[in-house]
Order: sequence, then structure tokens, then C-alpha cells
Amino acid sequence: MNITQFILVAVVKIVLAIWLLLTAVAYTVWLERKLVGHIQNRWGPTRVGPFGLLQPLADGMKFIFKEDLTPPHVNKPLYIAAPMISLVFALTSIALIPVGGWVRVAGVNTPLEITEVNMGLLIILGITSLGVYGVALAGWSSNSKYSLLGGLRASAQMVSYEVALGLSLVGVLILAGSFNLREIVDAQSGTFWGVIPRWYIFRWPPQIVGFLIYLTAAYAETNRLPFDLPEAETELVAGYHTEYSSMKFAMFFMAEYANMITVACLASLLFLGGWHGPVAGPAIVRAVLPVFWFGLRVFGFLFLYIWVRGTLPRFRYDQLMAFGWKFLLPLAIANVIVTALIVALRS
Amino acid sequence: MPQLTPIPSLDADQDRTMILNMGPQHPSTHGVLRVILEIDGETVVRIMPEIGYLHTGIEKTCEAKFYQQVVPLTDRIDYLCPLTNNLCYCLAVEKLLGLEIPPKAEWVRVLLNELTRINSHLVWLGTHALDIGAMTVFLYCFREREDILRLFEAVSGQRMMTSYFRIGGLALEPPLDFFARVRDFVRRFPAKIDEYENLLTANPIWLMRTKGVARLTAEDALALGASGPTLRASGVDFDLRRDLPYCAYDKFRFAVPVAEEGDVFARYICRVRELRESTRIVEQALAGMPEGAIKAEAPKVVLPDREKMKTQMEAMIYHFKIITEGFSVPAGEVYQAVESPRGEMGYYVVSDGTAKPYRVHMRSACLANLQTLPAMCEGRLIADVVAAIGSIDIVLGEIDR
Repeated sequence: MNITQFILVAVVKIVLAIWLLLTAVAYTVWLERKLVGHIQNRWGPTRVGPFGLLQPLADGMKFIFKEDLTPPHVNKPLYIAAPMISLVFALTSIALIPVGGWVRVAGVNTPLEITEVNMGLLIILGITSLGVYGVALAGWSSNSKYSLLGGLRASAQMVSYEVALGLSLVGVLILAGSFNLREIVDAQSGTFWGVIPRWYIFRWPPQIVGFLIYLTAAYAETNRLPFDLPEAETELVAGYHTEYSSMKFAMFFMAEYANMITVACLASLLFLGGWHGPVAGPAIVRAVLPVFWFGLRVFGFLFLYIWVRGTLPRFRYDQLMAFGWKFLLPLAIANVIVTALIVALRS
Repeated sequence: MPQLTPIPSLDADQDRTMILNMGPQHPSTHGVLRVILEIDGETVVRIMPEIGYLHTGIEKTCEAKFYQQVVPLTDRIDYLCPLTNNLCYCLAVEKLLGLEIPPKAEWVRVLLNELTRINSHLVWLGTHALDIGAMTVFLYCFREREDILRLFEAVSGQRMMTSYFRIGGLALEPPLDFFARVRDFVRRFPAKIDEYENLLTANPIWLMRTKGVARLTAEDALALGASGPTLRASGVDFDLRRDLPYCAYDKFRFAVPVAEEGDVFARYICRVRELRESTRIVEQALAGMPEGAIKAEAPKVVLPDREKMKTQMEAMIYHFKIITEGFSVPAGEVYQAVESPRGEMGYYVVSDGTAKPYRVHMRSACLANLQTLPAMCEGRLIADVVAAIGSIDIVLGEIDR
């Protein structure tokens, strides 16, 4: 592969990945409105297109045409930078997430991700933690009390749950012996006795505990119910994005959903066997099916997210902190120790 | 007895605390309540509810209306339980007039009042759950509320501003299928209460958010004049329906739910049990509904039937007189209280012997209940203030009048 080909392939993949992610964000919003609607005995969007399928387009148009208001009392540079920081980091992490095996297109062999990095997982975790800057800066630069409280809550919450989230993954890393997401996924191919897939949640020592911790911490990381305290609308009006309007608000909104998708992708890759699943048929189907299996897992996660939102009330700030530090974190550490011990004794 | 603090100055302790204005435009202040919070981080140091943003001057307007014209005004006091207010005002004026109300009218009044209580509690439950973040309960509650509003529409032609009770009885005979529809509703309703309880009473997060939160002791509650579920949840067993019966309540058998803890959960569970008790009362009212007239025999006060008015000279004269110059009420004053969904709703009516009331004062349950907010919330977190406001079940229209 010469340099021109390399750049061309990279550009095509970047455009494709960003387009895919933004479309996924838009349709996650649609899915959320539709599902929560049905949970709540309503219809959700029905007017724009069949089943309201064009609703995300209408929403996007609305955001663009809304008045972009910058209140006079804000710290302007940071106020403008904050939503960009949030969105940029939310979109960047997708670059390192593989969605399938290698494919051969027009004589070029390429993996189904923008770039393959040995330390992929660490970089993703690093980038997602940077996203908290957007939220904290938004809360601070808005110069509004509700925003400030929301920003404080958000930074404290995201930093705390980051720890439990990171530790919950260590068990898998010990088993896989690699930070490379592709290797971790490949280690989960095949089945036990032809029935149970060799996913890490089913392996010995079982990572089901790590998976559940990850799941819980992920809700807190993405500010979703029951941990949506930074934007608890009945307490803090809208939390850190109270003073934002138009596209600036939309950026926070998109960042939240992009983060949801990233978190769902990671869970599928690390615990649920990534893109592995039954594959058969002609070559083109063999190429597409793994991506489909992967998408299905991500969809399952998003479905769970939305389902929980339709069901549970919200924690209180101190309860959330206590839950994170006194319950999730010790449990995550215990999981790491137990896994490490079992692996050490076995070898 | 908590110290009632004056409005905190807007330059509170500069180094440690800040003033946070919650409302009058805020998603969970149930209308236009303004709560001034002095907070240290997220901890509330001082709290001061400020009212008056929904002042309508209804009390004063009453003085310019004939007695019968006041009834529609009472709807607008508390938009969640218009029939309770209709009833209370009618009872007060009937007391002044010394009117005897036929049993059927009284039983229908009881039935509709309990449906109103269910209606009001459903709105409370939905919004309270929404405040704490459980948004689905809200829409489930409104689904059942819709059924009740349809019943109100059937009986009075209006969904919310019913004005169905008249001085001396009811406005109209209930429609033919009305009781069957109510029966159908109370048959279905208990299962729906189970559904709400499944989502909340059994939910650990809900329990964490409500148990032990915003405690109100019985002494504080009594000293501040709280009533209704807010009082009963603090362990004071007092219900006007049982202790000072009006209408036909002494003929019904029902329990008064009381809880001891005085926290948000106690107030929640009291109201949810009241939903079940109200359903029982409606069932009894349906089973024992007497036959007979729906208006008192008092031609100078009660409008004649439509048919009589068109066929009898005297009836037409009375109709004309009542409509054009009202009816005079003997001079005197009266206080009548009923158990509204929120507590003791009282009407103090003074008559100077003319056709218009000299003064109508409304004793608002919410106003007294709202005063308990500082006693509940000081030293707690902002999120608890939201839970506490929801648990008192305030309607600003009733507070400001």
C-alpha cells in the first residue's frame, strides 16, 4: 500500500465513521423518544416521515435555526469552547473502536476501524475522561448558579465513577493480556461445547461482576438516569447547560449520545465478544454479518439505557457519591484481586 | 417550634454561602412559588418560601357577586379539586340559610368529592414522582386522571372547572349511565394503584430518596397549622370527614391513613392509602345511593326546574328574581371546613343581609402546609427541598387566591 492509498483509505474511513456515529446519535435520540413514549403510554414522534423516522432531521434543523444566544455575563472564550470540547472528545474516541474484522475493498486490506493502536483501550479511556472538561468549563464559564452546581456535580461524579469504570475493565485485561481491542475480541471467538459463547462474562473466572460494575458506572459517566444529577431538570433546571441554546446546546446533547454509543461499543467489545457470532453464506454476507452482530449488541445496550430511563427515579448527590466510592469501587477492586488470584494460581 | 426567619438579605455570608433563587420559574416549584435558598455547597442553610406570584384577587371579587355567582369563582381557587371548593362554599352558605339538603344530593356530593380527591392525588403523585426523576409514573397517573375528568365532563359539562354543586343541591341530575361509568372506574382503579406502587413503593432508589428525608415532627406540624396528609403523616390522627362530619360522611365506613415518621415517604404512603380509601368510599356511595330530589325545597334560593319554569308562572317569577337580583342571605357569619385533598379547606362567609356576601375568606390548607417547609428542609440538600415541596402537595392558586 503506497502513501496515496493510505491517505485515501484513512480519509474514507474517517468520513464514514463520523457519518455513522452522527447518524447513530440522531437515531438513538429517535429511538429514545419512541421507546420512552411507548413505555409511557404515548406514541412518541409520528408526524415527520413514517414512524417519525425523519424526526432527527427536523430536530437538527430546529437547533440550527434557533437563536444562538450568548448571555452577557458569561466568560466568552470558555463558554464557546466548552461545548466544542465535549463534542470533539466524544467523537474522537470512535476512531479507536473496531466494528469488525479485516475487509478487502478494491485491492486494499484494511481493518474496520479508523486506526489500530496497541494501547487502544487506554487511549479511549483517556479521551473520554477529557470530556469532563467540557462539562466543568460550561458550568463555570456560564456564571450562573444552576450551571455552577451542575458543573460541580458533573465533574465530581464523572471523576469518581471513572475510577470504578476503569477498574471494572482490569479483570478482562488480565484474562486477555492485552490492551489491543482487536486482540481482546479475538480471544473471545468460538464457543464452549458449541453452545455457550466464549465471551468474557461467561469465562472462568467470570467477569459478570466486572460487567455489572461497568454497566452501572457507564450510566454515571454518561449522565443518564438514575445518575443524571448534573442536569437534573427538576432540581437544577438544566444543570451545566442551563445557559446554552441553539447549536451549542445541541453539541452537548450530541456529545451525551455519542458517549452513550462509545460506552456501549466498549462493553460489547470487552465483555460480549465484539463482532463474533454465527457467520455463513456468500462472501459479502460473511463480511457484513459481524458488523451486524456488533451493531445488535450496541443496540441492546442502548435499549437498556432507555428502558432504565423510563423506569427509575434519580439518586441524590450524596447517595450517588456514597454508592460510587463505598460500593462500586471496593467491589471493582475485589473483582480485580479475585481474578488475578485465580489466574495466578491456575498458571 | 422553628424560628421563622426573615427574607435573607441578598448579600449573604460572602465567603461561605450563596443565595439561590428557586423559582418563580422553576420546573419543580409547582406553579409560581419562589423559594429563596441560602446554600453552602449543596447544603441548605436557610430557606424562605415567598408567595404571591399567582394572586388573583378572587376573595375580593366574591364581594361583588351574588351568592350563586361565587360558585364558579371557587373552582379557580384550586384547579385540582374544584368540586371540594364548590362543596365547601355551598355548605357555608347553606348553613347561613339553614337549608335542608336532600339525601341524594348529599351522596352525590360525597361521591364526586372522593373522585376529586383521587384526581388531585393522582396529579400530586405524578408530579412528585417526576420531581424525584421517575417520569413514567407521571403519565400513568394522567391516564387514570383522564378517566376521572371524563366523568366530571359527563356530569357537569366541564372537565376541570366543574361548578356542579349549587347552593341547595346539585346543578343537574347526573346522566343516566353516570353511575355505571363510575362503577366501571372504581372496579379498574385498585389495580392501577398497585401499578404505581410497583414502580415506587418497591423501588430502592425511591425509598432512598424519600425515607428519613424532610422530617416534620407532630409538634411542629400542629404549631404551624398543617393539616391533611401533611399532618397525618406526622402521626396526628385528624380528618375532618370523620371528626367533624359534613354531608353524609358519617354514614360511610372508611379508614384514615396515619403514619408516624413524618418524612417524605410517610406523606407519600398516606396519600397512596387515601387513594384506596377514597375508592372504597365511592363504592359505598354507589351501593347505597338514595333516590329522590337533587335540590332543596326552597324556591327563593334554588332555581326551579327547566320544565316548571316554562309552565308555571310562579316558578318563572322566582327564576327571574334569583337571576336578576340574587337571593338575600340572613345577616351573620359562618365558618365551614371540609377535608380537601390537601387538608383543611375552610370558607368563612360573612353576610350583611343582602344578596352579595360581605366577605368571603378562604382558609387555605396549602398556605399553612407550605409554612412547614423551613422546618423540613433546613440543613438538608437541594434535592431534598425538591422532594419536600413535592410531598407537601401545594397548589399556588389556593395559596395566593
